[in-house]
Amino acid sequence: MAEPMTPEAAWEAVQLARHQDRPQSLDYVAHALPDFLELSGDRLHGDDKAVVGGFATLGTHHIVLIGHQKGHTLKERQERSFGMSRPEGYRKAMRLARLGEKFGLPVVTLVDTPGAYPGKDAEEGGQAGAIARSIETFAGLMVPTVTVIIGEGGSGGALALALADRVLMLENSIYSVISPEGCAALVWRDAAEASRAAAALRVGARGLFELGLVDKVIPEPPGGAHTDHRAMAERVMAEVRLAVEELLRLDARDRLRLRHERYLKMGSYTVVDSR
Amino acid sequence: MPRSSCAGGMAKYVTIQVTRREPPPGAQPPGEHCKKCNAPLAEGELERSLRVCPHCGYHYPLPAHERVAQLADKGTVSFVAEEVQPVDPLAFVDLRAYPDRLAEAKFETGLSEAFLAALCEISGMPAALGVLDFRFLGGSMGSVVGERFHRLAKAAVEQRRPLVVVAGSGGARMQEGLFSLMQMAKTVVAAQMLVEARLPYVTILTHPTTGGVFASFATIADIIIAEPGAVMSFAGPRIIEQTTREKLPPGFGSSESQLAHGQVDMVVDRRDLKDRLVRCLSFLRGRADG
Ligand SMILES: [Zn+2]
Repeated sequence: MAEPMTPEAAWEAVQLARHQDRPQSLDYVAHALPDFLELSGDRLHGDDKAVVGGFATLGTHHIVLIGHQKGHTLKERQERSFGMSRPEGYRKAMRLARLGEKFGLPVVTLVDTPGAYPGKDAEEGGQAGAIARSIETFAGLMVPTVTVIIGEGGSGGALALALADRVLMLENSIYSVISPEGCAALVWRDAAEASRAAAALRVGARGLFELGLVDKVIPEPPGGAHTDHRAMAERVMAEVRLAVEELLRLDARDRLRLRHERYLKMGSYTVVDSR
Repeated sequence: MPRSSCAGGMAKYVTIQVTRREPPPGAQPPGEHCKKCNAPLAEGELERSLRVCPHCGYHYPLPAHERVAQLADKGTVSFVAEEVQPVDPLAFVDLRAYPDRLAEAKFETGLSEAFLAALCEISGMPAALGVLDFRFLGGSMGSVVGERFHRLAKAAVEQRRPLVVVAGSGGARMQEGLFSLMQMAKTVVAAQMLVEARLPYVTILTHPTTGGVFASFATIADIIIAEPGAVMSFAGPRIIEQTTREKLPPGFGSSESQLAHGQVDMVVDRRDLKDRLVRCLSFLRGRADG
């Protein structure tokens, strides 16, 4: 079994994953997807700016790109709720994914969120159901799907956009069922234990890869992704393109079956002889 | 400190408050008085009324085996997927080791995990019935819950039975890290098997249904029934108040509020639950003469 990171190393990954200058979805667009055409709205309630999406061209393929956008400046971060989506954000993602489905465009998602938006209106507007439906929608797409965890993969709010044929993670990104702070507060009753929680939860990319939970770790430039947006964006989109091309070689029904099998196999348990 | 503090299996969006709302079921029999309305209760009265106070209608928490006994026809129950047992994939140690928490939960509940899966008949209709037990690490969803759900859904499809799942959960099983988050995906994909087979899938949401369970298999059913007074939320009330500084109204996330906001189909008193469930299932079965 993979050894956990030290608390210090785990915390460093958490800090890098949350770095304010870390490239976000629209930075990947700016540096590697020049013809991106943004689309808006969930056609039901509103347009959630925590989730951006639209069409783009990746090599010779048109794709649908959907990603969380936290924002870099305080003003932008407030407008985008720090990348925390409300139900309309998940519904927007589902709508765009179905558009990809209808026109045979591979769907690529970039995940970077502390989690779903925790608010009264979001809850009453069906946050839980929207996340569940989003998972269901992405599970059922006949087109190839690729997810890259580019920063924070925070719990159900991340998973709603992260069910895919291929799940890639940046070297210093994190993906977790609960924030290290939340975990520390719950079990250690001390949020200051967050670094220990981060290590115990194995939030880092390398550890999750070793546990078989993600498919590939994409290296970052020395110092972290924020030091060179262009290099990072080019590298990520090259990896996504490889994954999409590999997936396009599969028969659509096989691809769907393999995706379902992948998620039905998820888990770590033992089977004892009950007879 | 209530014993519910051992429900360390709960994810981000769960507040300790939720678990402290009431003592664990069974640990403290309510005695002669209802702990909600203080009305006197005759001996055995609460059990006869399915653990609903006959005076105020308060729904007491229900252990999984009792739930199965209330919904399934007598003598028709066979438990399945018990062979799926937990491991400690991350060697997770916080203040205590995860295996110790599991051992304690097993000892205190008599269950081998938080999800009890059964094949049974409900008013003569063959069905697959799953029940989450909140007493077992807060009904948190780890790999075993996901795999038992999967096996139950598979059995339902193979035997052409509807799937009925009673949820009650603090969320994800934190000690299994990302494996537990993936159970949201797994259970949703498993439930798709029923969609493809055009078989009914009904969920019954009990107090509390939160976090990863609420945002996965609980809310994609054909019909969603809630028990009165249950609280459902994805993010816990404390997280909401801390993050957004919003003051939450009384009754936030309650079954009645969820009904008003269009998130569940009906709120059904436990004493009417079996009848209502049977009506739902018979409509979903298709032909009136079938
Ligand atoms: Zn009472």
